[in-house]
Amino acid sequence: MTEAGPPRRGKPPVFLERQSYRRRRVIDAARVLPFIGMLLWVIPLLWREDGAVAVRSSSAILYLFGVWILLVAGAAVLSAKLAAQARDGTAEVEARGGEAP
Amino acid sequence: MLNTLVFVCSAYALFLFAIAFAAERAAMRGQARWLRSPIVYTLSLSIYCTAWTFYGAVGSAVRSGFEYLTIYLGPSLVLIGWWWILRKLVRIGRSQRITSVADLISSRYGKSNLLAVGVTILAVVGTTPYIALQLQSVTLSFEVFGVGDIATGEEQGHTALWVAAGLALFTVIFGTRNLDANERHNGVVMAIAVEAVVKLAALLAVGVFVVWGLSGGVSEALAKIDASSLGQWQIDGGRWVGLMMLSAAAFLCLPRIFQVLVVENENETHLRTASWAFPLYLGLMSLFVVPIAVIGLEMLPEGSNPDLFVLTVPLSQGRDGLAVLSFLGGFSSATSMVIVAAIALSTMVSNHVVMPLWLRYAGGGAKVSGDVRGVVLLARRLSIIGVVMLGYLYYRLSGGGAALASIGLVSFAGLAQILPAMLGGIFWRGASRLGALVGLTLGFGCWGYTLFLPSFGAGVFLPEAWVTAGPFGIGWLRPHALFGIDAIDPLLHAVFWSLALNTGGFVLASLASFPGPLERLQGAQFVNVFEHSAAPRSWTGRVAQAEDLMIMAQRILGARDAQRLFEREARRQGMTDTLPAPTPSFLETLERELAGSVGAATAHAMVGQIVGGMSVSVEDLMAVADETAQLMEYSARLEAQSQELARTAAQLREANAKLTRLSVQKDAFLSQISHELRTPMTSIRAFSEILRDTTGLAPEDQHKYSSIIHDEAIRLTRLLDDLLDLSVLENGQVNLNLREGLLSDVLDRAVAAAAADEHGARLRISRDPAAEQIWLNTDLDRLSQVFINLVANARKYCDATRPALEIRVHSSDRLVIDFVDNGTGISLEAQDVIFEKFSRVSDQKAGGAGLGLAICRQIVTRLGGEISYLKGQGGAAFRVVLPADIAMAAE
Repeated sequence: MTEAGPPRRGKPPVFLERQSYRRRRVIDAARVLPFIGMLLWVIPLLWREDGAVAVRSSSAILYLFGVWILLVAGAAVLSAKLAAQARDGTAEVEARGGEAP
Repeated sequence: MLNTLVFVCSAYALFLFAIAFAAERAAMRGQARWLRSPIVYTLSLSIYCTAWTFYGAVGSAVRSGFEYLTIYLGPSLVLIGWWWILRKLVRIGRSQRITSVADLISSRYGKSNLLAVGVTILAVVGTTPYIALQLQSVTLSFEVFGVGDIATGEEQGHTALWVAAGLALFTVIFGTRNLDANERHNGVVMAIAVEAVVKLAALLAVGVFVVWGLSGGVSEALAKIDASSLGQWQIDGGRWVGLMMLSAAAFLCLPRIFQVLVVENENETHLRTASWAFPLYLGLMSLFVVPIAVIGLEMLPEGSNPDLFVLTVPLSQGRDGLAVLSFLGGFSSATSMVIVAAIALSTMVSNHVVMPLWLRYAGGGAKVSGDVRGVVLLARRLSIIGVVMLGYLYYRLSGGGAALASIGLVSFAGLAQILPAMLGGIFWRGASRLGALVGLTLGFGCWGYTLFLPSFGAGVFLPEAWVTAGPFGIGWLRPHALFGIDAIDPLLHAVFWSLALNTGGFVLASLASFPGPLERLQGAQFVNVFEHSAAPRSWTGRVAQAEDLMIMAQRILGARDAQRLFEREARRQGMTDTLPAPTPSFLETLERELAGSVGAATAHAMVGQIVGGMSVSVEDLMAVADETAQLMEYSARLEAQSQELARTAAQLREANAKLTRLSVQKDAFLSQISHELRTPMTSIRAFSEILRDTTGLAPEDQHKYSSIIHDEAIRLTRLLDDLLDLSVLENGQVNLNLREGLLSDVLDRAVAAAAADEHGARLRISRDPAAEQIWLNTDLDRLSQVFINLVANARKYCDATRPALEIRVHSSDRLVIDFVDNGTGISLEAQDVIFEKFSRVSDQKAGGAGLGLAICRQIVTRLGGEISYLKGQGGAAFRVVLPADIAMAAE
């Protein structure tokens, strides 16, 4: 498939080149990231709240902001990757192939 | 101290003015690139963090622990998940030239102005408390410095009024100065970006001071937190998730956020940077909230207003400089929010309420020449002042009592009602105008009843009894316990029911209704925006009339500005004459200029009408289709007419040919008849001369000559009789004398009559008497005339040595009588003409005038049958066919 020349318009090929494949997975990651963040930020609901065994606020702060930093870092990495792809002149493919369902 | 503060405040305001002004200047000189970097875009989003955030977060932390974080977590998730919603929203905003959240909803649902007005009202009602909140916080912070009692902060004087007036002034100046720049306000965006930096820096400075200055380090600060009343993780799970969702929803729907996020967006790639930079900003803004709250609780006297800890903690430590910085941070938060909210709301109010009304009642439509620009500007400015003053009024009336956070959440819940229509609009093509209308109405009504009106306190708008016992004593309609669900937080209760009814109504009404064509087109364009637009639309038309554009531009921009714009563009194109060529880039520039005045959609439509560009609305298409249909109908009619003409012409040609033939025939007939008349006349004249002039003529001769004259006279008479007969028959003037009789009788009579003047060879006639027993109901005399003629012809012309005539009769569906003799027949070329007048097969036995068969044909035709020559029968054969209805089977 890699030597089959440019894919014909209208019928996308079943197998993508490695580059296009990676590009789509980056977009997938960008899509999944907010759900990961939501999941991690909802976890505190499971914490113990009563008496001496309750989670201490300092731990809560460290956890919540730790997740925050991870998410920001993840978003930044993905953003940089997407920017690099856009510079490669593949913005169109990305926009079409990566359109939200 | 207060004087210093007023001075600092004024200096800061002037500084902002200067920045905004410089940014405007730079943008006008075309140096806006650095003004429009992704960082500035991200910072401008920070108007999400208002004074509510700046002051209220600490208060919220004191009251309900970590719950304040939810307000930041929701928007962070929205930004991190930008690929899902924001990317689409920004693309739609840019490709459809959306000017506000009301414009988005209206545009999606078939450019419905009703929806736009609805969303505008919702936005104004939802934002007014928010503006009041900002005024309240600024006033409070002023009071903190002004009055000795720093902890409680009672409102005094007219601080709020001054602040409101100042904000309105700033907004009017920078929000409406460049009406012709595509709804983008470089000065304002730059100013709020600077304010974003100031408020972040202020909060971080206070936080750093609290953690390192007052607590002595990170671990000590954490220890202090654990030791305080906030030391344990305690959270209401429902509110934690619910508020996170609510703030995420509000982030998408708040008019001011939409303004900076979508309308002011210069480049879609900026969103990529903001996707991580803005969550980072929010994280930093919320990082030190809990430490400040804990230290405030620890250091300040009991009963201090926790909403003001950010100010009062540094003040109580004698750090006046830090306190002033913190004050500026709060001031920045409040002002930037009010400015952008006022711009966003004034855009909605003037574009969707004031301008339609003005165009309807005062302007007489856009067709009237005149300066619309002045009206738009005035509408914007009045709207801005109106919006800010509405906030001030709300602040005065509500007394500024409620805690900051709760007002903010009421506002959030109100604006979140736009969410179903918005998300449904950009992801679901089936979403319809009716659905959006029903959903918004239900959600808005429910929010007003369960949250907004009760927020004024029982007895203000809702009677006390309603709140406690339900309206008219109906318990399950209590505002805080709809349908009997009462063990739930009032805010969550309101959010749940309003969004549930909203979404339910939206989906059901959408499923049940059928959208109009414009709506369906817009739906497709919104939902599949990535397939429809690679970039914002551009003009490709080259047929625009520059003069028309000039006239339109003058009407909207004013004559002076329009001429200047056109001259500038002409110079850029290197032309000396005043009108530039309508290149795509010029059209885009012009459209952007117009968009600021009349709204992007209108500008696009106006330019589109003149240019006839590629983007046409469905209504245009339908109008065009109508015209096309009319044209097609017209051309079809023309075609039909021309076909008819062609047919008529052919008929005329045919008629002409026939006339020509007839004329030839008539000439032939005349010459024939004169010849026929002349021959007997000649002999009559000759013999009568002989009788007259010759004396002594023998009586035999005399008798002979007289007989000839007599015979010729009879012949003439017969000829004239025949002619008369033929003429009568041909003109259809003959009256048929219908009688009943047997075919055999008719034939008997004909044979007898034909034999009467018999001379020459005797003709043997064979008949079939059995077949002839047929009753006829016709003109028997005429029929026998035909038969006589045919039998006589056979007698005269049959050249066989023993002439014989056979008469055959068949009757099937028609009655057929054949007369076949045993002669040589008629030559092939003569067969065609034997039924014509004066046609005689041979001259040697010129017994008749040649009218016999012509008369026969006329008679048979009159009787409804036909006569023809039968070929290949051995001799001459004639067939008479009569219709069945004159023949009756033998009885």
